[in-house]
Amino acid sequence: MALKILVAAKRVEDPESKIRVKPDGSGIVTEGVNYKLNPFDEIAVEEALRLKEKHGGEVVVVSIGGDRCVTEIRAALAMGADRGVLVGHEGPLDPVVVSAVLAEVFAQEKPDLVLLGKQSIDDDQNQAGQYLAERLVLPQATFASKTESLESEAEQKKEPGLVLGGGGKTLTVVREVDGGVETLEVTLPAVVTTDLRLNKPRFASLPGIMKAKKKAVRQVSAASLGVDLASKVVVKMLAEPPSRKGGVKVSNVEELWSKLHDEAKVL
Amino acid sequence: MNVLIVAEQAQGRLRKATLHAVTAGREVARRTGGCVHLALLGKGVAQLGEELAEYGADVHVADAPVLEHPLAEAHAPVVADLAKALQATFVGAAATAFGKDLLPRVAARLDAGMATEVLSFGGDGRNVTFRRPMWAGNVLAEVEIATAVKVFTVRPTEFASAAKEGKGAVSSVAVSVDAAALKTRYAGFKVVKSERPELTEARVVVAGGRGTKGDFTPVEALADLLGAAIGASRAAVDAGWVPNDWQVGQTGKVVAPELYVAAGISGAIQHLAGMKGSKVIVAVNKDPEAPVFQLADYGLVGDLFKVLPELAAKVKASR
Repeated sequence: MALKILVAAKRVEDPESKIRVKPDGSGIVTEGVNYKLNPFDEIAVEEALRLKEKHGGEVVVVSIGGDRCVTEIRAALAMGADRGVLVGHEGPLDPVVVSAVLAEVFAQEKPDLVLLGKQSIDDDQNQAGQYLAERLVLPQATFASKTESLESEAEQKKEPGLVLGGGGKTLTVVREVDGGVETLEVTLPAVVTTDLRLNKPRFASLPGIMKAKKKAVRQVSAASLGVDLASKVVVKMLAEPPSRKGGVKVSNVEELWSKLHDEAKVL
Repeated sequence: MNVLIVAEQAQGRLRKATLHAVTAGREVARRTGGCVHLALLGKGVAQLGEELAEYGADVHVADAPVLEHPLAEAHAPVVADLAKALQATFVGAAATAFGKDLLPRVAARLDAGMATEVLSFGGDGRNVTFRRPMWAGNVLAEVEIATAVKVFTVRPTEFASAAKEGKGAVSSVAVSVDAAALKTRYAGFKVVKSERPELTEARVVVAGGRGTKGDFTPVEALADLLGAAIGASRAAVDAGWVPNDWQVGQTGKVVAPELYVAAGISGAIQHLAGMKGSKVIVAVNKDPEAPVFQLADYGLVGDLFKVLPELAAKVKASR
């Protein structure tokens, strides 16, 4: 059963970059910061590709933001996605707006499955997928993971963690929740958000990168979609958390014990 | 302005995180001059409802077979309808897997903006603000929610566990969710049981990382001796050495114990984000340059396979 999969690809600050807040708290310092595809979205792209490789179909990547977001779309295309959609929008994005835009793209593309990272590592809100699912009146399965470790054979063979069943009508999703692992079955179309251990994303190959340059990327302005683009969650002020000073190095366990017992009094 | 806090229960017991969310709800109510209401959803939870009422708030119990499992698709309409009936301006829950899965769906039904993992509140009345971490906790943001209803989840460790105070009224909520129309089916749960305290509740956490090379025995032995919870770095979990549930980090569990012992953990930014709120941090690592030493109150450069057992011996001797 071929699957048409819509995957979100957000452009975010490189998690390895040092994030600094501007002195006036109005934003973060962007100079010298690198950008890349949100790591959780990368896992979503990888999962989409595995499902396509197993069942056939099409993987469409969507990104929302300025022109530079095409870089992240191309990165996903280089991994193997088929085509992209860039929804042009300058300015802040919150999950309410993102989900409104994605709902319109969903209406245009009519995919069987929407895959998103569970959260983007810039705002860490972990809402867009769930909000989108409710807007579209679709079932959701968040924090999709799998029980096999990332070192397992199934992972090496690039088996999808999401399991298609019911004649292509349902998807079984294993979720990481508190206290254990939950299995849900959702009927398609559905929205699934991906967690860390669902898969290890592939690196784009050189041929993949070359092919990506010729794949189609449709551009549309967010304004043309007729949705409310005003932020509902407004950042008033940013600050750096109180820094924790490093302490001392002790030279042996005797000293450590004495510090913990007599000084800190935690043991 | 009324505050509706969504309680969480599992296997017939109230999850501790709920009591931290109740405290958060009480604070919002104080800032807005409103009342806290609690929502309890599930199957066979009437008794739990009575227990919850001992926290001084009115409890609204939605007890129905369709709510037996925590399916967001079934729970969201019940919570949203209750919020409307109570004219709740604020709807909150603890930022657990349940809360994070459900509340955004509730928010969508209420056309509400939502702040995830709130650490503290500011302002009052209509101008209540929410302080939350961004960029893996490297930035603290103060946000305003511009919609009439404001939804939020709170980081449990940032709010005290609520004490009992008087008895609230318990009422039943009619549930009209059509089970046959649900597009989500609960297909199983594998419990990762532990005799140890819950990671986010423990006074002491002993955590292991790549340096354990897969052998957590010294970590477990020390933890058992101290009655501590066990944590792990992402590397240890990804390698399949320990359960996913043990991961401490921005996208794993955020902990703030009195004592956090990081053994064989180098200290990646995302891991530090999950434990830098600990009162005292001890780091044990063979590498003197490991980033974790920059954060640790007490650092010992050494082999955890020697250090942890020696420390355990010292603890035993002192008793």
